[in-house]
Amino acid sequence: MSETMEIEAPARPIGVYTRPKGNTGWRDWITTVDHKKIGILYGATAMVFFAIGGLEALLIRLQLATPNGTVLGADTYNRVFTMHGVTMVFMVIMPLAAAFANYLLPLQIGARDVAFPRLNALSFWVFLAGGLFLNMAWIVGDAPDGGWFAYAPNTGMIFSPGKGMDYYALGLQIMGIASLMSAMNLIVTVLNMRAPGMTLFKMPVFTWMILVVQFLLLFAVPVITVALFLLLFDRNFGANFFNPEMGADPLLWQHLFWIFGHPEVYILILPSFGIISEVIPTFSRKPIFGYPFMVFSGIAIGFMGWGVWAHHMFVSGIGPISVAAFSVSTMFIAVPTGVKILNWLATMWGGKIRFNTPMLFASGVVSMFTIGGLSGVTHSLAPADTQQTDTYYIVAHFHYVIFGGALLGIFAGFYFWWPKCFGHLLGEKLGKWNFWLMLVGFNMTFGPMHILGLQGMSRRIDSYSPGFGFEFWNMFASVGAFVITLGVLMFVINIIASARKARHEPPVGPDPWDARSPEWFTPNPTPVHNFDEVIQISSLDEFWHRKYGEDEDGRVVRVATAEEVCQDGSATDTHLPSPSYWPLVLASGLPFVGFGLIYTLWFCVPGAVLIFMAIYGWIFEPVDDPDGPHGHGHHDDGDDHDDGPPEETSDEATAETAEEAPVG
Amino acid sequence: MADTAAVSHGEGTGTGLSNNKLLMWVFLGSECLLFGGLISTYLIYRSRFGDGPAPGDVFDIPFTSVSSFVLLMSSLTMVLALSALQRGDIRNNRVWLLATALLGSLFIGGQVYEFTTFVREGLTYSTSPFSSAFFTLTGFHGVHVSLGIVMLMSLLISSLRGTLTKERSETVEIVGLYWHFVDVVWIFIFTVIYLVPSPTS
Repeated sequence: MSETMEIEAPARPIGVYTRPKGNTGWRDWITTVDHKKIGILYGATAMVFFAIGGLEALLIRLQLATPNGTVLGADTYNRVFTMHGVTMVFMVIMPLAAAFANYLLPLQIGARDVAFPRLNALSFWVFLAGGLFLNMAWIVGDAPDGGWFAYAPNTGMIFSPGKGMDYYALGLQIMGIASLMSAMNLIVTVLNMRAPGMTLFKMPVFTWMILVVQFLLLFAVPVITVALFLLLFDRNFGANFFNPEMGADPLLWQHLFWIFGHPEVYILILPSFGIISEVIPTFSRKPIFGYPFMVFSGIAIGFMGWGVWAHHMFVSGIGPISVAAFSVSTMFIAVPTGVKILNWLATMWGGKIRFNTPMLFASGVVSMFTIGGLSGVTHSLAPADTQQTDTYYIVAHFHYVIFGGALLGIFAGFYFWWPKCFGHLLGEKLGKWNFWLMLVGFNMTFGPMHILGLQGMSRRIDSYSPGFGFEFWNMFASVGAFVITLGVLMFVINIIASARKARHEPPVGPDPWDARSPEWFTPNPTPVHNFDEVIQISSLDEFWHRKYGEDEDGRVVRVATAEEVCQDGSATDTHLPSPSYWPLVLASGLPFVGFGLIYTLWFCVPGAVLIFMAIYGWIFEPVDDPDGPHGHGHHDDGDDHDDGPPEETSDEATAETAEEAPVG
Repeated sequence: MADTAAVSHGEGTGTGLSNNKLLMWVFLGSECLLFGGLISTYLIYRSRFGDGPAPGDVFDIPFTSVSSFVLLMSSLTMVLALSALQRGDIRNNRVWLLATALLGSLFIGGQVYEFTTFVREGLTYSTSPFSSAFFTLTGFHGVHVSLGIVMLMSLLISSLRGTLTKERSETVEIVGLYWHFVDVVWIFIFTVIYLVPSPTS
């Protein structure tokens, strides 16, 4: 689709068009196109941002621990709570979900890699560029201060004259490109590359939920792209989208933001729903109860998530008919969510439950998310919501769903799939400390916020006067925040301690949890080529069904050991996609373009040069390095070069790229 | 996995479409929402022109109709380009690719002329919410057409280098998908902005 140069397969590429070699050391990490390494990069980066966002949360709680707090000034407080929200939503939960999706999705569908490995690497580096760009606002001393939802006209030039909201708009725009590319890539992967026999309704629930999330991203990201462009044009090019003096509608931003923003909350929670739908059956030793209901309720949530956005705007004056309609639709969306909770409970019911750490975290999700879901239903009643809006009750609600739902689910995933990624288990003892400290700390911090909110304490205030009865619960919540911190520290210690311990111990077997889904066909840790041979899928929970059968009385009996069922990872003839420098180079150009739009357009020049260079490098580099680190045996040389060469359009919203199909 | 040579032509994939083609379809799905957001914004703001010119005052519907016709005809030449390559007719493929790019450029030229005329008549980007919404929506569409022209020219260069052969006709098909999409979006934009009776001051 673009200028192409057919490079003869055996010809040695020259100079800058050489593909990076070797798969060791730091150079490997910055040039990798392996979905597993990219998944680990996503996870590690997100955990660093988690530390930053957590630090911001602790500052907030220090400021609010006592009346008339003086830890932060009002301006700094605004910046801190804004960046806390933006960081946790866009740089922690979303990339952690991307980490699991990247690592596990090809394994769960039995594929060699994602459909477009270089595009996948580009998604990660663009995400990192966006996250660093946004946090750069701290360094220039002008972090965004308009809340994570950035309501215009409050975030227009008149009320936010600094550069903070420009960093916000451009940073989210860059991360939006990353999400969009990743969504397109994973959709194609799931729809096109499933193992033989794996129909859509034999896919693991995790894969299903990730697929739903990618469709939500695909359709939600362009809406916030529009909103962010309008804000940027208003602030920098004199447009009048959000200026009421010129007759603009002050609600336009709210509508655009929440049309994106409500699907976004399902983007945050559904990956966790997927994770615990894998964990709960494994540790209850039962198949998931009502698999079709699990899948269809996930799809239903995906559809209905588009029809509830105005419940964020009940007090903004949208009129009684809109309020009534969105009130009803919001009540309805609780139904598919309730279906999921009942199905998890029914899965546990009568099972031989083992309460290992992943299961503890999964049960934490079921219980905590139920609380958050119920307080969510109270918002759907518009008269009650009118009282709750902008109070700490709302803060309590969304932390119960995002922390109690999404984050605890991600921790369940960490403990469950750690051996898959790193070949050893995380410690159970520290894991239990981690879980209980986080659970108790979480309830101490956010439970009392329901009370504070109903007592009338406003969100986003930087201090409160003594004598309103806010003192005790605020102090209590602040103590809870430090208990959470201890819990997270236990996790960090656990990572280090278990890695050290694993050096002196035999490797974990292929199947530490008696698991069910196809990713466990590969040995632990997953070899670079994933599967030795293509797996044939004949049922949901294929891995489990190969281990267990029925005797003549219909009782479940073990028919094979995990070692017999599992592949040994010894294949050497698998063709691997070659690494590439260009995703990193392309992504590094984007922040310069951002600086250019904020300060002086001259900064755009190096950015454009980098992007241009990267696009041409991308196009001209051979699809495979002849000396590249793929296996020794067969080469599908026939297909290496006949495929669409990468084409690039650096569109305002996306850079879509066609790339070689990976080889299995 | 199945033989990859087959995968790249859409055989043995889950959907029967090649990965590249499916990627383009998925991307176009996303683009619908981008233009959806911009069109909605325009609809909200079309009568909010304040003291500036109203849409009905500045629009030259016969002129824009002609340039719309030009753009729609470029979809026809795009189809002819693909059909030529699928028959292995490299020469006609080049002719029609060039014709498509030229028709697209003619449309962009018309848009530049329209924008300058509007600015001369006092409708700048900052005049009113209407003007901001108008220029943003049509401008985004213009950027899409321009990127399409870049893709077409790249195909043409590729063809002149001798690498755009019958076996690679899917690449032309995928660029064609993008090009037709941009045309279809223009049908919506043209209807919403110009054909629906516009308010006058």
